[in-house]
Parts: sequence; C-alpha cells; structure tokens
Amino acid sequence: MELLMAILIGVLFTAAVYLILSRSILKIIIGTGLLSHGAHLLILTMGGLGGSAPPVLSDGVTDFADPLPQALILTAIVISFGVTAFILVLAYRAYAVHKTDDMNQLKGNDEHD
Amino acid sequence: MINLLLFPIILPFFFAILLLFFKEKIRTQRILTLIGVVVSLASSLVLLWTVKTEGIQAITLGSWPAPFGISMVSDMLSALLVTTTLLLTLFIVIYSFTSIGEERERYFYYPAILFMVTGVNGAFTTGDIFNMFVFFEVLLIASYILIVLGGTKKQLRESLKYILVNVISSALFVITVAYLYSVVGTLNMADISVKISEVNQPGIITVIAVLFLIVFGIKGSIFPLYFWLPGSYAAPPIPVLALFGALLTKVGIYAIMRTYTLFFIHNTGFTHEILMILSILTIIAGCIGALAYFDLKQIIIYNIVIAVGVILFGASQMNEAGMSGAVFYLIHDMLIKGALFLLIGVIIYITGTSNLRKMGGLMKTHAPLGWFYLIAAFGLAGIPPLSGFIGKLLIVQGAFEAGNIWSGIIVLASSLVVLLSVMRIFIYAFWGESKVALPKTNRKTYNRLMAPALVLVVLTIVYGIGTEWLLPFMTDATDVLLQPSIYIDAVLK
Amino acid sequence: MKTNDVILQTTTKLVFFIIFLFSIHIFFAGHYTPGGGFVGGLLTTGAIILLLLAFDLKTVQKALPFNFTIMTGIGLLLALGTASGSIFFNVPFFTHAFDDFTLPLFGVTSLHTAMIFDAGVFLVVVGSAITIIQSIGGDS
Repeated sequence: MELLMAILIGVLFTAAVYLILSRSILKIIIGTGLLSHGAHLLILTMGGLGGSAPPVLSDGVTDFADPLPQALILTAIVISFGVTAFILVLAYRAYAVHKTDDMNQLKGNDEHD
Repeated sequence: MINLLLFPIILPFFFAILLLFFKEKIRTQRILTLIGVVVSLASSLVLLWTVKTEGIQAITLGSWPAPFGISMVSDMLSALLVTTTLLLTLFIVIYSFTSIGEERERYFYYPAILFMVTGVNGAFTTGDIFNMFVFFEVLLIASYILIVLGGTKKQLRESLKYILVNVISSALFVITVAYLYSVVGTLNMADISVKISEVNQPGIITVIAVLFLIVFGIKGSIFPLYFWLPGSYAAPPIPVLALFGALLTKVGIYAIMRTYTLFFIHNTGFTHEILMILSILTIIAGCIGALAYFDLKQIIIYNIVIAVGVILFGASQMNEAGMSGAVFYLIHDMLIKGALFLLIGVIIYITGTSNLRKMGGLMKTHAPLGWFYLIAAFGLAGIPPLSGFIGKLLIVQGAFEAGNIWSGIIVLASSLVVLLSVMRIFIYAFWGESKVALPKTNRKTYNRLMAPALVLVVLTIVYGIGTEWLLPFMTDATDVLLQPSIYIDAVLK
Repeated sequence: MKTNDVILQTTTKLVFFIIFLFSIHIFFAGHYTPGGGFVGGLLTTGAIILLLLAFDLKTVQKALPFNFTIMTGIGLLLALGTASGSIFFNVPFFTHAFDDFTLPLFGVTSLHTAMIFDAGVFLVVVGSAITIIQSIGGDS
C-alpha cells in the first residue's frame, strides 16, 4: 500500500512540476493545487497507513489510526484552499490589467514600467 | 498570568478583526491600529522583562500535556524579536498615515499589517513545527494582500511570482514536516530535539536538515534561492517594502537558527558547513547586486541579502561569539533596515524618482535628511560606535575562533562593499547640483514622513551605544541557542 | 443573452433549503462524529453559490442582505473570543470547557465551548468564500 501511495504521490508531483513550468497562469495554478494534494497524501503516508478503527477511544479498540496526520492534512487543506482562491482572484485581475495570461510576457523589468 | 507570552500574538489579531468592521472610516482605522500596536508593544515589553527575570515562558495550548498539545515558547531570542517587530511596526504604521494613501487604507491595509504581525510574532513564539507552518501561512497570506494592494500593473505582475514561489516553498515545508514526523513521530520542537538526540542523527535526519534549509532559505532569501526577492520587494510602496525587508526575511533566518541549533546539532561538520558556505555565497551575491544597481530601492534590497548572509554566517559558527554576534546583528538589522527604507522613502518622495542618476544636490535643501541618512548608512556598514559594529565584530571573532579565517575576512570585506553601496546613494543624491527640478512637495508631509524615520535612526544609535546595557539580554538569548537542554527543560518540564 | 432557466431556478429554491439544513446538521454533528464548522460552512457556501448560478448577483444580494466581510469579522471575533475566554480563568489559551445540561425539549445535552468556536469558523468560511466569489463575479 505504501508503495502504491508513493507512486501516486510521485505522479502527482511530476504532473505538478510539468504544469508549474508551463506558461499559462491557469495551468500553473492547477499545478500548485496538484503539488499541495501530493504533499497532503505524503503526510498521510508518512504518518503510517496502519490502524483500522477511527481514533475515538472506546472499549476494545486497540488498533486505531494515528489522528495527527489527519489533523495536519485538514489544516493544510484549509490553507491551500484559501491560497488557491486568492491566486485565482489575483490571476484574474492580472489578466484583466495585462491582457495576457502568458508568463513569458509577464516577465517585465525596470525599463518596461 | 500564564498566557502572557500569547498577548503579542492575540492583541494584533484582535485589533485586526476589529478593523474589519470599519472599512470606510479611515480615521477610526488609524486610531485603532495605533492603539493596537502600542498595546501589543507594551505587552511584549512586559513579556521581555518576565523572560529576563523568570526564564523561558512556555505554555501548551488547550491544557494538553506538553509533547501532545501545541506548545508556545518564549525564550529570550523570540521575546527580543517579537518586541523589535512590534517596535518597527509602530513606526511603519505612523509613517503609513501620511504616505500610503486613502485608497489603500480603505482596502484593508491596516488589518493586513496587523494580521502579518500576528503571523510574524506567532512564528517567533511557537514551539511546534507544524504550528510554525501555520503561522508562516498567516503572515504570507497577509503579505500577499499587502504586496498586491493598490493593484498597479507592476504589483500584479510581481505579486504573481512572489505568491508562486511561496506556495511552492510552503508545499516543500509540508513535505519536510511529513518526513520529519515519519522519522521522529512528534511535532513538538523540544520533543523532536530529544528524539533526534536519542537516535543520534542518522543520515535521513541530515537530509531533512538540508530540506529545512531549502524551505527556510526560500523565505529567508539565501543564495541561490534569493532570486525572487529583488523583483517582488521593489513592487509595493515604501512602507510595505520596509515592513517586508525588515521582518519577513528575518522570520526565515529565525527558523533556520532555531532548527539548526535545536534539532540538527549532531552532524555539524556537514549541515553547518553547508550553511556557512551558502551564507558566504549569499554575501557575495548580495554585494554584487548592491553595487550593480542605480536604483535606490534595489541597492537597499540587495543589502537585505547581504545581511541575511552575515547573520547566518554568525549562526553557523556554533560558538559563543558567533552566535551572540548573530543575535546582535539580527536585531540591529531589523531596526536599521526599517530606518533606511523609511529614509529612502523620504528621498523618493522629495525627488519623485528612485533612480540615482536623476537626483543630486539634496544637501542644500534637505540637510537634516542627509545627515540622518549618513548616520543610518554608517550604522548599516558597522562603523563604531553605531549599532552594526558590535554584531559584526563578534561574528568575525567567532569565525576566527572556529578557524574560518578566510570566510571571516570575506565578511569584513563585505562591510566595505556595504559602505560603498550606501555611500554611493549619499554621494549621488546629496552632493553636487540638482539635475532636474524637484517636484513641488508639501513641507508638512515631509516633516510627518521624517519624524518616524528620525526616531528610528536615533533608536539604532541608542542600540549601538547601549550595547553594554543590552549584553545580559543577548547572553540569555545565546545561551538558549547553544544549550538546547535549557529550551527542552522549559517546555517538557 | 437571455436563457430560460425555469427548471434550474425552481429546483434551486427547493434544494437550497435542503443543503442549508443539511449543513446545520453537519455543523452540530461535529464534535463526536464527522462534521464541524468548516464543512458546514462550505456546504452553506455551496448552497449560496447554487443560488448565484441560478439567479444573478443582485437578486441574491437582495435575498441575503448581509455584508459578508462583516460576517467574516464576527466569525473571527467569536472564534478568538471563545479561545481567549480561558485567559480570564488563567488556564492555557484554547482550553475548552464542557458539561452536560438538561434543556427543555432536548433532554440531557452536552454543551461545549468548542461549539461557539466552530460557529465562528462556520461564519468565517461562509463570509470569506462568498466575498471571494463576489469579487470575481461582480466585475463581469
């Protein structure tokens, strides 16, 4: 199971890097989304996939999942949700002002202001 | 009052929330912001004194026992940094009243500053590695708002890159924390330190150490990860630039110092060697940049990079002199960078340009500005008895004690380059004849902009002269950094 | 462009309340079972976005005359206030208190201060998400 997860995370990271290196802003944003998904899955895997019962203490349950990685993922998801929403708004504004979503044309230097 | 150490975090947060209710009332916003920062500053001074008299303050949120809940720890280093942060924020906020413009004030400028201060103070205070990530995000999201606020073409373009770099580094942070958790099985920083000592830092921990260096190096702009800094920092207006330049990179430096003195201390031959080499390269890269530009903002921005290198070089020596030099220089750099950015803000306001080639002869019309700029410039370069001197002296002494003669000499030589780069501004802007007619400026506005900048310069002078008096505080900070057991005992009591 | 979306609008009027009630259920279920303020808030946001899709921005604003920025502020204040309550009892920040109370209609109910915190989270999520949607949608 860990191996499968590792491959999945690797695929996610690969796709994320590919998308982030592209020129369109929207693709880059999707790439950052994939990157954070990969990171979240990595936390889950790194915390250990064992444990069959939910981490709620009740009688007779000994083999429960580690609750900490789940709490971390929830926090990280909320944060990446907020940041992604913010970049989307920003990309939209940048597109409206610059009339382009091509990062090559958004390079800019001091002479072009 | 066991919650005292949280006040510098909660109070700015509380006032930031209050400000959300007064979107259109700019006067109310200004007054509330001022009250908020002053009250937080007062609480942080009380905290500083408490840490001095009673030792490290630690609390674990939610009444959980120590390694399980989120610990907040205020040792001397973090108390000093928190106090300096709030002090700087006070001056920058006062400066903003006149310079930032009503349009920005109406769109949540002050709440964003206060949220950012919440994040910065939280990152300085937290004793939990994942919580540090959360506070990093708080300060980053607030900084995203600040950097794009105003929405000029350049800001939109640069902020996109700034955000992308930080999103990627945040993802790396999460990944690194995941690796660390899988090896040591805990997130509490004191507990991590204990667990790493128990297993005696195997190779995988060293890998994690390097990953942490990359993560914090992006935030703290070390070589070769500083590439995003000059472009992004030049986009926002001066008060925001001052805030970023003085505070944000310092959070990255603090995080490196904390992790490299608390966690990764068993294989210093590798990890700290890398840190040292990178910091020397950072200094050199910063020096090249500082000399290459004819733009006021860029010159000072590259000086941030140099300072990052100097501080980390001091920290990487892992001896008493180097470490206390790093702490001295860290606080000094926050104050002096704030002062310098505010001063060049005034220069830009007077001349209407940030291009050195287009200015000149300001000494005739604005002599006090010139002299105070000169003092700040000397302070930055470390001319005794000004504030930069003692820090650099200790850092170089530390380097010589550790046997790194050549790199010590490079640090010394960098002071000369720093001096040259800031003197160039002085020569071009203040000497000679004015090349173009100055735009008409309001004397009253000028005075209002000068006031906070001058007080800040005076503060740095006091910091330089009062070194003797500050020494006990610095010694306390250094002791905790060099002896992790003090920190661990205070948290896991 | 004029489209005929009678079906969407009629269904939305019905479905909105179902989603909203479900989000309230999820919110209260939150402490011992899956759910809570964040998920509840997102569901409510989803319901409002459905309204926005079916009708236009102005109509929805008239139907829900809230200032969503203020709502975010109130939510943050609630959350921070709950957490800071512990300062007055000199126990660590975020310490939460709970007890069983006998309420009319509900019988013995376990009440937590964590629920007030979650209510704050609920308001923050709805407020900030709708603010974002409005700022993108308001322009075109």
